Amino acid sequence: MSAHQTADVGSGAVPVQRRAPRPILRMLAQRIPLGLLTIVIVTVIVFASTQLLPGNAARAVLGRDATDQQVADLEHQMGLDQAMVVQYWNWVSGLLHGDFGTSLVNGQSVSSMVGPRVVNSFTLMVLAGLIGTVIGVLLGLYAGIRQGSVLDHLLSTASLAVVSLPEFVVAILVTLTFSTSVFHWFPAVSTIPSGTRPWEDPSLLVLPTIVLVIMIVPYLFRMMRAATIEALGTEYVEMARLNGIRESRVLRAHALPNALAPVIQAIGLNLLYLAGGIVVVETVFNYPGIGQGLYNDVLNTDIPAIQFSVTFLTVFYVVVNVATDALVLVATPRKRWPR
Amino acid sequence: MSREAVVVEGLTVVTSPAGAAVVRDVSLAVRAGEVLGVVGESGSGKTTLGLSMIGHTRRGLAIDAGTIRVDGTDIRALDHSGLRAMRGRTMAYVPQDPGTALNPSRRIGSQMAEMVRAHGRSRDEARDRIAEVLADVGLDDPARIVRAFPHQLSGGQQQRIAIAMAFACRPRLIVMDEPTTGLDVTTQRKVLETIRDLCASYDVAAIYVSHDLAVVADLADRVAVLYAGELVELGPVDEVLYSPQHPYTRGLLMAVPTVESARRLVAMEGSRPPMGVGRTGCAFVDRCPVSTDRCREVHPDLVGAGSPLHHARCLLTDDAAGREQVSLRPVLGVTTPMELGAEEKPSVLAVGDLRATYGAKAVLHGIDLSIREDECVAVVGESGSGKTTLSRCIVGLHRSWTGEISLGGEALTPGVRNRSRTSLVRLQYIFQNPYASLNPRRSIGNVLMQTLERLSDLDRAARYDRVLETMDAVALPRRLLNSFPDQLSGGERQRVAIARALVVKPKLLICDEVTSSLDVSVQASVVGMLRDSQEQQSLSVLFVTHNLPLVRSIAQRVVVMRAGELVEHGDVAQVIDRPAAPYTRQLLDDLSRFGSSHRLDRVDAVADSSTTTPTDGKAL
Amino acid sequence: MSSASPNTAFQLRRFEWLHVLARAARSARGRVGLGLTLAVLAVAFAGPFLAPHDPNEVGVVPAFAKPGAGALLGGDSLGRDVLSRLLAGGWQIIALAASATALGVVIGAIAGIAAAYLSGWTDNVIMRAVDVLLAFPQIVFALLLISVLGSHLWLLVLAVGLSHAPQVARVIRSASLDVAERDYVQAAAITGVRPPKLMRQEILPNLTTPLMVETGLRTTYSVIIMAGLAFLGFGFTLPDANWGYMINENRIGAAVNPWAVFAPAIVLAVLSVGVNTFAEAVTRCALTSDPTTRAALEAGEPVTAEVANADSGLSDGDRRLT
Repeated sequence: MSAHQTADVGSGAVPVQRRAPRPILRMLAQRIPLGLLTIVIVTVIVFASTQLLPGNAARAVLGRDATDQQVADLEHQMGLDQAMVVQYWNWVSGLLHGDFGTSLVNGQSVSSMVGPRVVNSFTLMVLAGLIGTVIGVLLGLYAGIRQGSVLDHLLSTASLAVVSLPEFVVAILVTLTFSTSVFHWFPAVSTIPSGTRPWEDPSLLVLPTIVLVIMIVPYLFRMMRAATIEALGTEYVEMARLNGIRESRVLRAHALPNALAPVIQAIGLNLLYLAGGIVVVETVFNYPGIGQGLYNDVLNTDIPAIQFSVTFLTVFYVVVNVATDALVLVATPRKRWPR
Repeated sequence: MSREAVVVEGLTVVTSPAGAAVVRDVSLAVRAGEVLGVVGESGSGKTTLGLSMIGHTRRGLAIDAGTIRVDGTDIRALDHSGLRAMRGRTMAYVPQDPGTALNPSRRIGSQMAEMVRAHGRSRDEARDRIAEVLADVGLDDPARIVRAFPHQLSGGQQQRIAIAMAFACRPRLIVMDEPTTGLDVTTQRKVLETIRDLCASYDVAAIYVSHDLAVVADLADRVAVLYAGELVELGPVDEVLYSPQHPYTRGLLMAVPTVESARRLVAMEGSRPPMGVGRTGCAFVDRCPVSTDRCREVHPDLVGAGSPLHHARCLLTDDAAGREQVSLRPVLGVTTPMELGAEEKPSVLAVGDLRATYGAKAVLHGIDLSIREDECVAVVGESGSGKTTLSRCIVGLHRSWTGEISLGGEALTPGVRNRSRTSLVRLQYIFQNPYASLNPRRSIGNVLMQTLERLSDLDRAARYDRVLETMDAVALPRRLLNSFPDQLSGGERQRVAIARALVVKPKLLICDEVTSSLDVSVQASVVGMLRDSQEQQSLSVLFVTHNLPLVRSIAQRVVVMRAGELVEHGDVAQVIDRPAAPYTRQLLDDLSRFGSSHRLDRVDAVADSSTTTPTDGKAL
Repeated sequence: MSSASPNTAFQLRRFEWLHVLARAARSARGRVGLGLTLAVLAVAFAGPFLAPHDPNEVGVVPAFAKPGAGALLGGDSLGRDVLSRLLAGGWQIIALAASATALGVVIGAIAGIAAAYLSGWTDNVIMRAVDVLLAFPQIVFALLLISVLGSHLWLLVLAVGLSHAPQVARVIRSASLDVAERDYVQAAAITGVRPPKLMRQEILPNLTTPLMVETGLRTTYSVIIMAGLAFLGFGFTLPDANWGYMINENRIGAAVNPWAVFAPAIVLAVLSVGVNTFAEAVTRCALTSDPTTRAALEAGEPVTAEVANADSGLSDGDRRLT
């Protein structure tokens, strides 16, 4: 016995269909400034944390034997004797102009170092993302439709096991299986010679991609399965069946469109996961991407490179978040055309 | 002979895999053009019965036995695609909540067209048919409706669309599951009229499942009463309602409020038996006031009771003496007047020019109200009338209001923070939803003791005695003090909520739709308990409800609200029998009532069955 | 009737979390998960006392020697006994993971409750901080801090714990707001209960379920991240044995003695699968025994995907029968 609803307005009049002032744009107008604020604060944190380093960059470059005078000169040259805020400002404006600083390790510009890294990582992420998404969605759909079947139980149990494995364990097992011990189909490391593009030697991409795909499929599988089950359990699906609509059409036209929104969320989250997961996976396979680059930079304490890489990854995070939310809104007509 | 559109024999539905019976051995038939009302409380199996008549069961249930013939075809013998072909075309369903039964992501027109075209019509034919049937249900401007999304329409419009979809393919049988629940009175009337007209003009057999006896009285030709999954009474609606042959039906009718007279609602003892427990004997025996030992041993069959079309499942209707015992006298129409305290008593609550807002929007526009000692004042209105806001302002849950509220002379501040303990004690509140008003992680005893501790100066022993006393007053067994809310039923939980309020001995109790989610007989017992409490201690009650007939059985004065304003107020008898305001008159006119003088106009298809030419059942 | 002793203290639902844990431990998944986890814990904590050789002793066997009499799992890159290193190399990862989880859940819960309860300006600040922290991938955040402060154990715990906190805060804040709106909280408020007591008595106990679910999730992630950081070489002192790092340092000899890589990998895999499986079992039991979920089902509200996925013993036939 549910709560009462409002009284009928006349017998059939529908209010004029005023489109709300583009709800998607409105949402973006809210989220983008917030996202920018987040990015700004992130840069502050990244910058501030690198200032915590004992000793300083100038001394690191010159080495222990440098005289104080030499250090002071270099500091002045590098602008390290200016006020913290000024240094921060210099760095940020540099970022915005594409000048990402100079590596402390080899003196190259950071941008020339990270350019190829970004391309390599993106290739991997896009490849793994596409393949993993397709597999995860299809398997999840099947498991959701055939809930309770043998295959469903199998897949669910398997995904439960896989989703909890650390990336490098999967990477090692994959390497052992396909490269070193069981089969010898693929190279164990994927060092891409500098100057070439990853797709020029696809065999180098195979193992890291397999590992990343294995990591993202289970999560997507479970989300898709749950979304499918929920959509199939709704009252309007029941109603469509009671109206005599063919099951295939019920699935296609009623259940799936409403399962879309949670799945888009899951895909977005997977992308975000990939941004972190590549660190370990690339390191295992010696794949010269941003992840491995960050790891090496940390070992070498290459501050400007670290600053850039971390900032880049977090900006990526924020952008993916906003984009995901916008897409979810697109997939939910209810919110787009209010009363 | 008018063809029977649906014949059910021995239908049994069980839970799967456990095998507990939810619907047990039900047999009935409905003719074309006839409306059969299926009546029962929660747990009776009525929704399950309705759905199984179109061959559908919800997850966890399965049809175990019986035949169901729709338009001559045994639907249980059909394979999946055969059944699917019949659904929508030969038999259709109108759901209880159209808001969730329509796909929120698709436009109305596309959903309707999909359904019509699934049964073999072309796109153009579908479009024409949709326009036709939308006009039939009284929706103007079909072009706009067809392009709308469900959430852009009101509840009444959504329900009419659901009805239109059901009638679109001209089925032989339509099952409707409480389709007017949740609609306001005026909309409900219109929808019922629409249903009645369409059933007559389409010559379709209709099954109307409901818990609302008054609506069934209005709409149906025959009525079937379900209890614990069994059919306990079946017959023409006038006979069943005015000379009920089964004790359960009698019990229901004694508990249901009527708007014509102030009746003391009588509750049935006990509660329904747990589902699926195998039983010998009659299912109602534990609660039956006239049961015999034989009733416990022998399971009664459905036998003729009184007239040839009227059957009841009771051993006592078998013989003349028993029949006399059961149907002592007509139940409806008996007035047991409520004692109305007419003397002038001091005022307990005075509300002056109360104006409240939600954000920028004004929701109350200057309400004046007063309640005297020992009085029960009902506040009646549809949703959006502001009645709940009014009660929340008084108790302190809603803070943005101006005006004056004084309780026993003391002015109340908005919000609870600055109120004195005395006024907190004097004013207590009961929420609508018994499933949400008790903390699931505190035991009943814990709640009652702590409330007393905070709001009284009694020592521990005295508090404990008071708690026990209150539990007795609300007729709850004392052992429940150690239980947690999820171990209790809805009716029990509501009593706990009432106990929590009464334990501090307040002067004024505000009840906010407290029986709206309860079954009729549970509602009767809660109302009875409130009245008893009023008599035992000096207690005033502000009873907020949308249920006008219920007002008659509990209140002395009534206040009618609409859109944040007071429309009318006065003695219950006066306002209801001789309403002054047009709005009140409209409300009363639109109410479903018992009594054939008020029946919806309709073609008397049942009585003329011998002269009806059988339709040839062609679709579209 | 004479009343029972007035000293009867009526209960709060105490130690609900223990009951849920016990139920989870009895379920099929729970038993598998708990069994696996306990097995690995046993190896990790009893192991150091059972090692046949000194785990750090170099040259016990030739580098990457195959398994044999003196070394059941063979030798690693420096000729150390793999078995001994296996027995000694687990407790650090586990201790770090447990601490990080505890830290993250505690900070996150406090932040979430504070945000919900204090609302207004505090709420805004906390939520912005949550957004910012959530913008860092968990491992990247740890690496950032390591790069400037060095690879200290306390720093790892702090970094990973802090990266858990925002998600926990979000969930707890949302749950608190949800609970605060419920009728029973309002019912207590109108009898004059002040906000602090309202929080303690009405709201907090009803956060048990989301807290348990989140703790399970966070534990799983902690194990994975700490293992990953160990693999990269952070979170222990060289040359001590550590499962994660063993995988890394013995990679080159994988073709010769795969066990040097395999053994720690398997043990880590078993640990993380066990922890996750048990956490899943706990989530299911928490969700299905939560009295509020029960109440919603009884009142006929739709079941969320979580419960659908939990596919518990609650039969759908129980709800909305009529």
